Amino acid sequence: MRVVVDYDLCESNAICMGIVPEVFEVRDDDFLYVLNETPPDELRAKVEEAMNRCPKQAISLAEE
Amino acid sequence: MIGSVVIVGASIAGMHAAHTLRTEGYDGDITVVDADANTPYDRPPLSKQVLAGTWDAERITLPAAKADLGLRYLLGRRAMGLDMADRFVRLDGGEHIGYDGLVIATGAAARWLPGAPMLEGVHVLRNLDDCLGLRAELDDRPSRVVVVGAGFIGAEVAATCRGLGLEVTMIEGADVPLERALGSDVGGVMAEIHREEGVDLRLGVGVVGLDGSHRVEAVRLDDGSVIEAEVVVVGIGVTPNTGWLEGSGLEIDNGVVVDDTLCAAPGVVVAGDIARWPSTRYGELLRVEHWETAIQMGEAAARRLLADHHGREPATFDPVPWFWSDQYDRKIQLAGRSSADDDLEVVIGSLDERRFVALYGRAGRVAGVLGMNRPRHVMQLRPLVEERVAWAEGLATARGLA
Repeated sequence: MRVVVDYDLCESNAICMGIVPEVFEVRDDDFLYVLNETPPDELRAKVEEAMNRCPKQAISLAEE
Repeated sequence: MIGSVVIVGASIAGMHAAHTLRTEGYDGDITVVDADANTPYDRPPLSKQVLAGTWDAERITLPAAKADLGLRYLLGRRAMGLDMADRFVRLDGGEHIGYDGLVIATGAAARWLPGAPMLEGVHVLRNLDDCLGLRAELDDRPSRVVVVGAGFIGAEVAATCRGLGLEVTMIEGADVPLERALGSDVGGVMAEIHREEGVDLRLGVGVVGLDGSHRVEAVRLDDGSVIEAEVVVVGIGVTPNTGWLEGSGLEIDNGVVVDDTLCAAPGVVVAGDIARWPSTRYGELLRVEHWETAIQMGEAAARRLLADHHGREPATFDPVPWFWSDQYDRKIQLAGRSSADDDLEVVIGSLDERRFVALYGRAGRVAGVLGMNRPRHVMQLRPLVEERVAWAEGLATARGLA
């Protein structure tokens, strides 16, 4: 799976970071950084939860 | 065995319950009832992007409403009563909808100004139709918009109107906005921000009347002021939609009271703004009006119904409340709870910078973490609330992050 973030929608609410910090990090510059665009499958459930919990629906998953 | 589930309320709590039922393997009937005839949608953009006109209504359709979950929808239909003995919901028109499992998620309704005449141009903002009606009037470029109430809805409406270049007067009874919720220090910062953004903010005053014969023309305040306005938006809070449950046997007390698994009665669970649940973390009954909490409750309520079905031990529901509000270029986030009675300590940044994190303390422990434009730190400090860390230790941990 590939994590895709729409940065026009992202407002750095950081909910994603709270759920799966291995993949999402909001840094001190207040920007979201995707630490790993192709996280391992054992993180799938958490990444999907982050996707559902994003208040801006800014995260999507591409299957490759 | 559960063969039919009825969900009354198709906003995020109800729709997340529907989605969770399916993902947890329930393949029986699910009927979703809502008095709102619109395809289920997300509320937060109603005071922001949809009101501003930058997003169309279609953009806020809930993902669960777009997914193929095999739901039977009864939209534009109002639940009028509940019979728990014979297990059915009575709808307007008299129809009975039977259930094995029931999810109550009928949320809350916006309050109107008590005693005010019903004039054109006066709005509340709770649902999509409210939003579109208000948006149409804002498109006419009214000479002034009066917002009654500087709580989160009022503040976001004021911010959106200023973003559209409209003149705004905002009226608040407390000495500063959000005083009761966030305390006077943080409230004071909110007042400054509103004023800097050009809002005519009137504090410590209340509305005593509306002038106008057919359409509102002015708002009268208790300090004698008269403010001419063509559009008035009332944002003074909501009341839980429990009217239809009177006489049902459920405990109604500022919402529907449930146990710590969200169960109100056998086969009946409650989720969203209408639910009042016992929090072990805070040692009292809580009812919150938060988006993320409503989602968590919808999911937990669905699992609670299925726990009996699957013969599993039901899980306790006691998450850390999470709330955010976007006003102008400021993002306010709150993990946990806050009140004017709590201890307040700014631990990162400063109120003057308008970029800070503050801790709220109660009974010697960290009760809440509030951030303004500090999303990273709020998320990192949320565990202080989760783990009910002692006050001094919480302050030290927070300051260590700065």
